[in-house]
Amino acid sequence: MPDRGRRASYDGVVACVPVTIPYRRYSINDAHWWMGRALRELLKQAGVTSGEIDGLTVSSFTVGPDTAIGLTQHFGLSPRWLDHIPLGGASGIVALRRAARAVQAGDATLVACVAADTNHVDSFRKTLSNFSRFAQDAVYPYGAGGANASFAMIAKNYMKMYGATREDFGKVCIAQRRNAMRNPHALLRGELTLEAYLAARVISDPIHLYDCVMPCAGAEAFLVCRAETAAALKLSGVRILSTIERHNAFADDPIQHRGGWAQDSGELWSLAGVTPDQADFLQTYDDYPVISMMQFEDLGFCRKGEAKDFVRAHDLTIDGGFPHNTSGGQLSAGQAGAAGGFLGLVEALRQLLGSAGPTQVRDAKIGVVSGFGMVNYDRGLASCAAVLATN
Amino acid sequence: MTAPRQKPPRKDPLARTRQPLHPPATRSRTAHGLTAAAAEGAFRLQVCAECATVVYPPRDACPKCLSPRLPFRPVSSDGELIVETTIAVSSEPYFRERMPWRIGTVRLDCGPLVVAHVHGDVREGERVRLSLKLDVSGSAVVFALPIEEAPNMADDRQLTQMTSDPKFRRVLITDGRTAVGQVMAKAFSKAGAAIVFVGIRDMWKPFAGMDELKSIEHVEIVPLDLTDDRSVIDLAGQNGARVDIIVNTAEHVRPGGIIGGRSLTVAREEMEIRFHGLLRLAQAFGPVLRSRGADGASSATAFVNLLSVHALMNWPEFGGYSATEAACLSAAQCLRAELRSGNVRVVNVFAGPLETEWFQVVPPPKLSPSALAAAVIAALRDGTEDVYVGDVAQDVRARLAVNPKALERELAS
Repeated sequence: MPDRGRRASYDGVVACVPVTIPYRRYSINDAHWWMGRALRELLKQAGVTSGEIDGLTVSSFTVGPDTAIGLTQHFGLSPRWLDHIPLGGASGIVALRRAARAVQAGDATLVACVAADTNHVDSFRKTLSNFSRFAQDAVYPYGAGGANASFAMIAKNYMKMYGATREDFGKVCIAQRRNAMRNPHALLRGELTLEAYLAARVISDPIHLYDCVMPCAGAEAFLVCRAETAAALKLSGVRILSTIERHNAFADDPIQHRGGWAQDSGELWSLAGVTPDQADFLQTYDDYPVISMMQFEDLGFCRKGEAKDFVRAHDLTIDGGFPHNTSGGQLSAGQAGAAGGFLGLVEALRQLLGSAGPTQVRDAKIGVVSGFGMVNYDRGLASCAAVLATN
Repeated sequence: MTAPRQKPPRKDPLARTRQPLHPPATRSRTAHGLTAAAAEGAFRLQVCAECATVVYPPRDACPKCLSPRLPFRPVSSDGELIVETTIAVSSEPYFRERMPWRIGTVRLDCGPLVVAHVHGDVREGERVRLSLKLDVSGSAVVFALPIEEAPNMADDRQLTQMTSDPKFRRVLITDGRTAVGQVMAKAFSKAGAAIVFVGIRDMWKPFAGMDELKSIEHVEIVPLDLTDDRSVIDLAGQNGARVDIIVNTAEHVRPGGIIGGRSLTVAREEMEIRFHGLLRLAQAFGPVLRSRGADGASSATAFVNLLSVHALMNWPEFGGYSATEAACLSAAQCLRAELRSGNVRVVNVFAGPLETEWFQVVPPPKLSPSALAAAVIAALRDGTEDVYVGDVAQDVRARLAVNPKALERELAS
């Protein structure tokens, strides 16, 4: 294998202007409408005109038949750098790292990273049935249980391998609900008790109702630029200490029990120059609590198989010892399609900019975000992570 | 262990007949390699022609060596059910009314990981064998079965969604005057059919085997002449909604080619009985069959065509007959597309010459009518839709797959 060389740092690049368009369970509007709102809010908060946006990334499941190129005309933008990032739960971090390199190299100055999805009453079923060729050929005709059935098998196998219990998953979900109760925009804000969690109806064993996200409509966005651009625009930014991205890792594991983070987390921390215990919060991709627990392990917050002990030993709420998914995550805030892949990152930017309001973690200086996505056949293929810090 | 299926209760005549729903049918062109195997009851997966990797789900390039040469080949179907789940919530209406539904991941001994429907007798961690089935959408799915035959295995709730078991069903055999019609009636009676309607034209005219036919349990003789519009319509009007499986046993075998002194009258007769007879049958019974594809546990389920394997390639010695059979095959393909929306499977059973009167001068091997009947029952139980019965049919099938042009010359010599 050729020498990979030393990775360049992201010095001099910042992410700023976290934007969330409050989610709705169902929307009669198209994804374009949600994306347009996010862009408008982004421009407004940044104090720039659309002519000044010269880079754009978009992520969406429901914006079809359009891709990024069509959206430039739709939104009246004329970027000199454009990327379509259909990576689901990995979209946010992947957008961040690509945009960061573009501005670092001077290919773009001001990159808008946007994710939006709508949720019509029947869009979830349509997304499932057309998700991928393998899904169409080899998963969806098998009971059409969607991601729930695929993750049921992953969760069941994980429980068997490592001894995690439904109570452990429940603890993750309940802590996130606690956090969501402080987030006025979360869709699910009612108190969740362990009894209610355990008594919830089964969806695909061992996945029960509160292990699942609620599909919804929404949009998320942020800006990436050089620190001096941000300064000129009087925008506060967040530094990118390190990122990783990996696809189709550990293809020989019969059932997924780890993600690509396990392959790359060493590089994540060494490039960042910090250690996991220095992180003030963690935003994982929580399509199911078992996946969050895998991220605790594979990112190095605990050893493999010990996320159950970690969960038992830590308070995962905003004011606890290990603040996790501080906005309530997708499990409580809702999953707005590909915007779900931006949710943790945008919340992390707010945390590090000190603008998270009711969900603010006190003195948050270093934050970790991870992404996961795209169940193409039997497992999530994409994994990524970023370590961020206050400027 | 699977509980034996019980005789379904009589239908409440006031209850609405449920509309047939379908599991997702869309597949990539490559994935229909599985459909081709399932149609014949074979188990074939892609095997890389360059590095021998067994590939699943179907791909257009080998994930090990990127070779585009990935033919479907017979491979071992044995493996282990490494994890399973029972789905309680589905987004497809077809599955919603069949919840809960078990699926699992099977690691095949030959390599790939396969998400499959799981038989009720199989537990997580156990050895299984995979079988390719056609679900009612007509596309192939993988089914994980117990490694050993178990009692009442075929009665598994999920498996029966992919088969057309004649047990407790009502069958129409269209011509009981023939040897094939008579053994077919016997075979369906033995297979547990609730009623075996047997069509007889010109009831007043006695025929060989009549008394024995009448004495078969569950047999009900009905007047039916496939060459008479009125007769077919009348029977459909009277009993159409009570027929779950149709087996068209009408035959008209005459030797001779196109120009060898054979009159057009013979050709017309052949077409009248076989081709137009099939159309009459389909037009009269098709609509009600199609509307009853979800009519409880004994829903309408299959339309069986007995075809000469020479429908696939003309046999000049019986050239006019072969041409008629080819017309019937083409009509059956159309019928298959039209009945699929009603979850009714069109089963084409191809045979070579039979041990019957009109093949008297043809040398062996010839197929006995009872072997043909057994093959029909097996096809319905297994859920296959293209069946090649006996040595001649298998031989023609194999030669056709390798070199159709050579077969054309061979049949002419």
